[in-house]
Amino acid sequence: MTCWETIGAYAFRSLGFGEKLLPSTDFTLCQQFTLIGSGLIWNIYFGVLALLSGFFLANLLALAKASSQPWARKPAEWFIFVFRGSPLFIQFFLAYSALVLLPRAGINILGLHIATNWLTSAWAGALFVMFLNTAAYAGEIFYGALMSVPKGDLEAAEAYGISGWSKFRRIQWPTMLRLAWPAYTNEAIFLFHATTLVFFSGFPAYQQRGDALYYASYFADKTFNPFVSYPIVAFYFILLTLCLLGLFGLVNRRLNRHLPSNTRSRIRLRPQLIR
Amino acid sequence: MFNFCADPKSLEGFSWLLCYLTSVKHISFYWSFLTVLVLLAVAAPSALLFGFGGALAARSHIPPLRWLGKLYTAMVRGVPDIVFFMFFIIALDQGIEWMKHQIVCPDWTEPIRQGLEFRVCPQAKVPLGSSPQIWHQVYGFALAVFTFAIVFGAFAANVLYGAMNAVPRAQLETAESYGMTPRQVFRRILLPQMWTYALPGLSNLWMILIKSTPLLFLLGVKDIVYWARELGSAKTQAYAYPHPDWRLWYFLFLLVAYLCMTRVSETLLARLARRLNHGQATAAGEAMRRATQ
Repeated sequence: MTCWETIGAYAFRSLGFGEKLLPSTDFTLCQQFTLIGSGLIWNIYFGVLALLSGFFLANLLALAKASSQPWARKPAEWFIFVFRGSPLFIQFFLAYSALVLLPRAGINILGLHIATNWLTSAWAGALFVMFLNTAAYAGEIFYGALMSVPKGDLEAAEAYGISGWSKFRRIQWPTMLRLAWPAYTNEAIFLFHATTLVFFSGFPAYQQRGDALYYASYFADKTFNPFVSYPIVAFYFILLTLCLLGLFGLVNRRLNRHLPSNTRSRIRLRPQLIR
Repeated sequence: MFNFCADPKSLEGFSWLLCYLTSVKHISFYWSFLTVLVLLAVAAPSALLFGFGGALAARSHIPPLRWLGKLYTAMVRGVPDIVFFMFFIIALDQGIEWMKHQIVCPDWTEPIRQGLEFRVCPQAKVPLGSSPQIWHQVYGFALAVFTFAIVFGAFAANVLYGAMNAVPRAQLETAESYGMTPRQVFRRILLPQMWTYALPGLSNLWMILIKSTPLLFLLGVKDIVYWARELGSAKTQAYAYPHPDWRLWYFLFLLVAYLCMTRVSETLLARLARRLNHGQATAAGEAMRRATQ
């Protein structure tokens, strides 16, 4: 099998296309690169969707936590505390064992039939957990940023007659986002790193359709040689991290575009936000 | 454990639950919390030590050492930590056996890597194939602790490197102007002063360490996650205590246990931060000074 044929056979193996059987003898470097790269699709899927959906919930959570009304503040505080205070690994296990308890045949609500079996598969269940998890972490970041919006900015807005919703939309929210962005970049990177946990926790890999680390550990188990497949995962993730840094850097430039160059916030990669 | 637990099938209600929760396997479950605590107690100081070494190496004036230190601090930034866990647990095992092989069986002619197998001479196995089961478990746990120390050492090296650079230059210059040698400046000024800058990062790291202890399960140690899965899964009538799938409750229990652990450490660390910030030339120290006035 040439390398091109291998790529044709395994490039979308993680999604269930191409060759059914994983290679079992004579592992070539090309096979490892292709399969692990194919698994990376899942990491990107989980990361991108959780990040996009989590962003909205995180904004709501930050606002609720900053609210003076206890009925809004208390639930947000508890949500953030529970998801930030416990391991993601346990959250996955808990979610999976809760989801398998749902009736197999589906639930009937007012004559409406809702199927439940898809919830136990990783693409839905794990995504949901990651969505809640990243919302909690990002919510805390946004809350911190919301609290450090300069008082002068808000007073200036009120002096101009901007108040209420339009003050929030035009002054508070953009400043919050700008202040939170470097930390949020870190959160995004470590969220992508955390996606490697999915197939090692409760959620099973259906028909050996796993993520990058799943295939890497498959190869390491088969060859008793961790020195090839794990560096390949590392290589892919460094590429992914660099792409993310570039992308978030562009947004950061846009958020800071009105500021003189010496007061712009710069993104520093700090490994402080893993779960 | 109790005498009336001899025949579990005849029990009902509260006494059934009491017997169930004190069965032999549950006792192992409770002991496995100790495993986690031991891991934390051993891994945290050794990670700090690794991190200290890494930070010192990254600040070194000798280029190869500096590169090594920088590489060590940079390695956790782009790559998921769990990749390192999976890698080191095998790599360390093979490395140790390989070294022992070189010493114990110098005239072994067969190659160690035969195709898909890693084969050292039988005397070089760690622990020996004939040694009791407990040693296999201890060895597995020790490898896991060492892996934790390496990976979290890299995180700690990041924090300590940043903290060493954050100590105000003026304080070091003052020390130099008093005629202290670089070594004295390091020992008397930099080292005591850096902790206040390192503490936020280190407390964050401690939280992360607590929250990554379930990864022990992936490294093949019988930890709390292992027992929760084992005990929670549905038990048929063939078992002494039959019950349906209770994994949800066991994991809920673990979740609450972890929340308690992080909560308690948060309060303790906040107290420590207050003590370290006292009288420091930082925003937190200034706020404390204002508050007491």
